Amino acid sequence: MSDAIDIDQLLNEMACATQAYCKASAYDNPLMIGIQRGGAWIAKRLHQTLKLADPLGELNIAFYRDDFSTLGLHPEVNPSKLPADINNRHIILVDDVLFTGRTIRAAMNEIFDYGRPASITLVVMIDRCGRELPIQADIIGKTITLNEGEHVKLSGPEPLTLSIDNVKGTGTQTTG
Amino acid sequence: MRIHIKGGRLFDPVNKLDAKQDLFIAEDKIVGIKKKPDGFDSDLQINAKDKLVLPGLVDLCARLREPGLEHKGTIQTESFAANSSGITSICCPPDTDPVIDTPAVIELIHQRSRDAGRTNIYPLGALTQNLNSEQLAEMHILKQAGCIGVSNAYNSIDNAEVLRRAFEYAHSCDLTVFLYAEDNALKNNGVAHEGALSTRLGLPAIPESAETVAISRALLLAEQTNVRLHFCRLSTARGVQLIKAAQKQNLPVTADVAICNLLLTEMDIADYNSDCHLQPPLRSERDRTGLIAGINDGTITAICSDHQPHDADAKATPFSLTESGASTIEHLLPLTMHLVNRKELKLEKAISLLTSQAANILSIEKGTLETGKDADICILDIDASTSVSKDNLLSAGKNSPFNGWELQGSVSHTLLNGKVVFDRSKLK
Amino acid sequence: MTGNIIQLDNNGNLKHFLSTEGLSQSLLLNILDHAESFASVGERHVKKVPLLRGKTIANLFFEPSTRTRTTFELAAKRLSADILNLNISTSATSKGETLSDTLHTLEAMHCDMFVVRHANSGAAHYIATQVAPHISVINAGDGRHAHPTQAMLDMFTIRRHKQSFENLRVAIVGDILHSRVARSEIHALNTLGVLETRVIAPHTLIPKGVEDLGVHVYHDMDAGLEGVDVVMMLRLQKERMRGALLPSEQEYFQRYGLTDERLALAKPDAIVMHPGPINRGVEIDSGVADGERSVILQQVSHGIAVRMAVMAMTMGRSNDDMGGSK
Repeated sequence: MSDAIDIDQLLNEMACATQAYCKASAYDNPLMIGIQRGGAWIAKRLHQTLKLADPLGELNIAFYRDDFSTLGLHPEVNPSKLPADINNRHIILVDDVLFTGRTIRAAMNEIFDYGRPASITLVVMIDRCGRELPIQADIIGKTITLNEGEHVKLSGPEPLTLSIDNVKGTGTQTTG
Repeated sequence: MRIHIKGGRLFDPVNKLDAKQDLFIAEDKIVGIKKKPDGFDSDLQINAKDKLVLPGLVDLCARLREPGLEHKGTIQTESFAANSSGITSICCPPDTDPVIDTPAVIELIHQRSRDAGRTNIYPLGALTQNLNSEQLAEMHILKQAGCIGVSNAYNSIDNAEVLRRAFEYAHSCDLTVFLYAEDNALKNNGVAHEGALSTRLGLPAIPESAETVAISRALLLAEQTNVRLHFCRLSTARGVQLIKAAQKQNLPVTADVAICNLLLTEMDIADYNSDCHLQPPLRSERDRTGLIAGINDGTITAICSDHQPHDADAKATPFSLTESGASTIEHLLPLTMHLVNRKELKLEKAISLLTSQAANILSIEKGTLETGKDADICILDIDASTSVSKDNLLSAGKNSPFNGWELQGSVSHTLLNGKVVFDRSKLK
Repeated sequence: MTGNIIQLDNNGNLKHFLSTEGLSQSLLLNILDHAESFASVGERHVKKVPLLRGKTIANLFFEPSTRTRTTFELAAKRLSADILNLNISTSATSKGETLSDTLHTLEAMHCDMFVVRHANSGAAHYIATQVAPHISVINAGDGRHAHPTQAMLDMFTIRRHKQSFENLRVAIVGDILHSRVARSEIHALNTLGVLETRVIAPHTLIPKGVEDLGVHVYHDMDAGLEGVDVVMMLRLQKERMRGALLPSEQEYFQRYGLTDERLALAKPDAIVMHPGPINRGVEIDSGVADGERSVILQQVSHGIAVRMAVMAMTMGRSNDDMGGSK
């Protein structure tokens, strides 16, 4: 990845795209939910820009991950917060990076334990390819491909920073 | 067989013998010390260079588990383990199954002991029938059959009147009463010493007073009845003080202590280690040093193993449900030497408490190195070390609280009645 | 002492939960934090998370208990685990089957966790030394020694009401001698850094050397309650009257019962706690138990979240950073 990413610009583009998508699909009064932690930070910005009516929801997918047996519980804890009733709501699910698709799988399972939504629209900032499950985003900020051993990470909440690290820890950073 | 023990340091405190001298044995007796008897031709020579040659040890209390508890050990296995610590005479308490309250049981034990041929066994007879604390046992008949004393084992006699009459009767038979002093009610089903540790672990506790109250009561009754009274397995410093005062009054009272209470304290049960579940319980450091002081000032005149081998199931359960007792007989001497090495006891004192003084309490003629006496000998290599390992114990009981300890001193040979019953070099 | 060495795995993560003693402040706070997450599960449409799906948890209750067993059962179910309830009466063990044999039989049924309640101190600790390496043991109460989940749900309750442990004075009132709850509370409170822990009881109910646990001992209830922020009442068992420890319930209530009058000696915002079940009119006045300062009912509901937290933490190995793939 050679050119710097302007996060503010990306967020604006994503907000516009989301608004257009909802209008085209006739999604009235959507409910936004951000996946902790990165997705929640991005959702907060989008939520502000789009001036959504309902408060922002946050999802901690810790209890729905498929790697509990090997990794256990993450020591840092932040409970999920969702408005009481998601039945029949159009949900905009927001995450920072879409990679294998396992996080989204877990997030959807958790959402369905809260109720039955009318629809779920997936918005991600970065699609880094490498899917292991049949899951795709509806709105993508930027699609990138990485070299072996590289990871992309969003840091925040202020300022929001995207960086690419490889396994050995040396990284290049871009801010927005 | 004629045996010549060469070049060893003969050590017999009661005879003030501490010298590099040879020892000569013929048949079952010692026939010469220092000077070879005329015409003596040895069949066997044992090189005791750099080793201590001691009288065979007298263990004042060890449970050999026969009859009745053979799944925990037998006279064969346990007397062999005893030999490996230089022990040639063992006194065993009457709480076998059946109890030693008939001559038949005594005869059985004597027979088994002869068959094993490793140690002299001196059984104590029951003080009350079946140890029921109600009716007197046939102490005279038991004495005729070979008992050297009477005891109620761990069964405390709560009824003071019964205790008084038992003392009187034993006295009339000229028998020493071996008493484990514990007040049952104060003991209150406890399993650990009452203190900060039992509180932390939540274990039912045995206060110091369970021992001291029982000692006081027994002393007063001993005074009244003139019985020869021996207190078994003291555990409290306060208890030592009470007995010391009674001895000052010239009451015929003696006392012993188990080796575990001299080396371990309540801290050793910290991880609910059931190998340290003992009766009496391991008490505080203050009690431990009080017991050592009691030895050094002559109040306590014997150290015993209090050997209680157990099967694995007996200890494989939460602490308070385990059976109490430790398997210690094969390490009695190295453990005592540990106290000598730590300078808590002098060598003469330590050895005398394991030999002549223990024998005195039992009123047997053992525990000395004298021409004409039985050739019961223990040869101790002070420079060799003993590693205690639960899995490698000779005893059938693997419940040793000293697992992992490195001890100085290892018995190389043990002789009983002039016959070599233990030779460490021949151990597999 | 007992506890931390066997409770933690090689990475310092909780493997068994046997005692609050010997665990670090951060670990105890971690349990409380996880419990907060799990608390909200009960308020959702689907009161379950799939975290322990496919795992089997065995409730090994050697001592009967409906309340505690039910809470553990609920906690397990909310984590989607399967639960086996085994009430092992003493007659089973008197048939000659050793504890070891019982455990091995259960292991053969592929249980992943044992929740153990036993009448003897050290039982959970003993069981933890005997089970296969992958199995976790949770102590639901052993003799007089420990009841760590009760202590943690009480800490959870205190934190919800007082936010911080730092400046708190806590008084534990009642049969300290026989109480596993008291011992676990004391360790937890001191580790979490309260200002002062007090025990209030007649001499006959105070175990020897209890000061060593880090408490101030009071025999006068009025003096002991002065200025406290939390009053924890312990249940008085009827057997104590028969065992020459106390003359009567009436006398006990007169000297140590929590009444409105006595509660007024504590801070005006002091909370009243009790592990239950309550003996009304013996250790606590009905009015106080049902009054506005009492948090007793909340304690019960917190018990599920705390037990879920402990089960989840011991069954998985925690990581330092969020691994796994997105």
